[in-house]
Amino acid sequence: MQQIPILKIGRFLLVSIQIDLQDQTVVALQEDLADSIVKTGARGVIIDISAVDIVDSYIGRMFSTIAAMSRLMDAETVVVGMRPAVAITLVELGLSLDGVRTALDLEQGMRLLESSLGDR
Amino acid sequence: MTIEPAGEMPISGNDDVVRVRQLVRTAAASAGFSLVDQTKIVTAASELARNTLVHGGGGSVGIDQTVGDRGKHGLRIVFTDRGPGIPDLEQALVEGWSSGNGLGLGLSGTRRLVDEFSLESEPGEGTTVTVVKWIR
Repeated sequence: MQQIPILKIGRFLLVSIQIDLQDQTVVALQEDLADSIVKTGARGVIIDISAVDIVDSYIGRMFSTIAAMSRLMDAETVVVGMRPAVAITLVELGLSLDGVRTALDLEQGMRLLESSLGDR
Repeated sequence: MTIEPAGEMPISGNDDVVRVRQLVRTAAASAGFSLVDQTKIVTAASELARNTLVHGGGGSVGIDQTVGDRGKHGLRIVFTDRGPGIPDLEQALVEGWSSGNGLGLGLSGTRRLVDEFSLESEPGEGTTVTVVKWIR
């Protein structure tokens, strides 16, 4: 099983998914992220899925879980870079990604987090 | 209807779900599906492979290139397991229904990603799910 690196950029954590996600990798990522948020005091999590060519219900649910979990630890989550074909498929599949904020790319995702944090 | 096999493999572990996606992606790309339709059929295959693994206790998948009415071409994917089977097929296809542990959206979401969907199951004997997607 491969591990997904979590990078710290200022007040945020960046997760860039570059591999085909196995279910166990997804579970491990949730746990690693929870640990990293606590350890670093990060205020935001950015999940970059621009290299991900499919999101099924399991992976989609992971985004909602991570968003809910980080909110409990006072961090905002934004998913960035979703491919158009992935978005179309998710809608047809009926997955709404409840509670997950999205942005078109990394830069806009950072801006979204910055503005939602304000000067806190 | 001529059918050309495009691959088959066992589904016995979590990494096999990833391999099924890759196998279907390759078959769909070489059959000439658009990127959106490739993504839909790979996503459907991912859902069904996980069902085969989690609910069926493992099984296998077979992929064929198929030709339908008026010469249209497509991909047919068959998932088979020898698990406990599904006692109530109609309920299994109801929107939002999912057996236990909250995995997946049930079969109704997957059904929307393909053009043809058939489910055969015998309690105690296993389940076979066949999906077809036609090239537009």
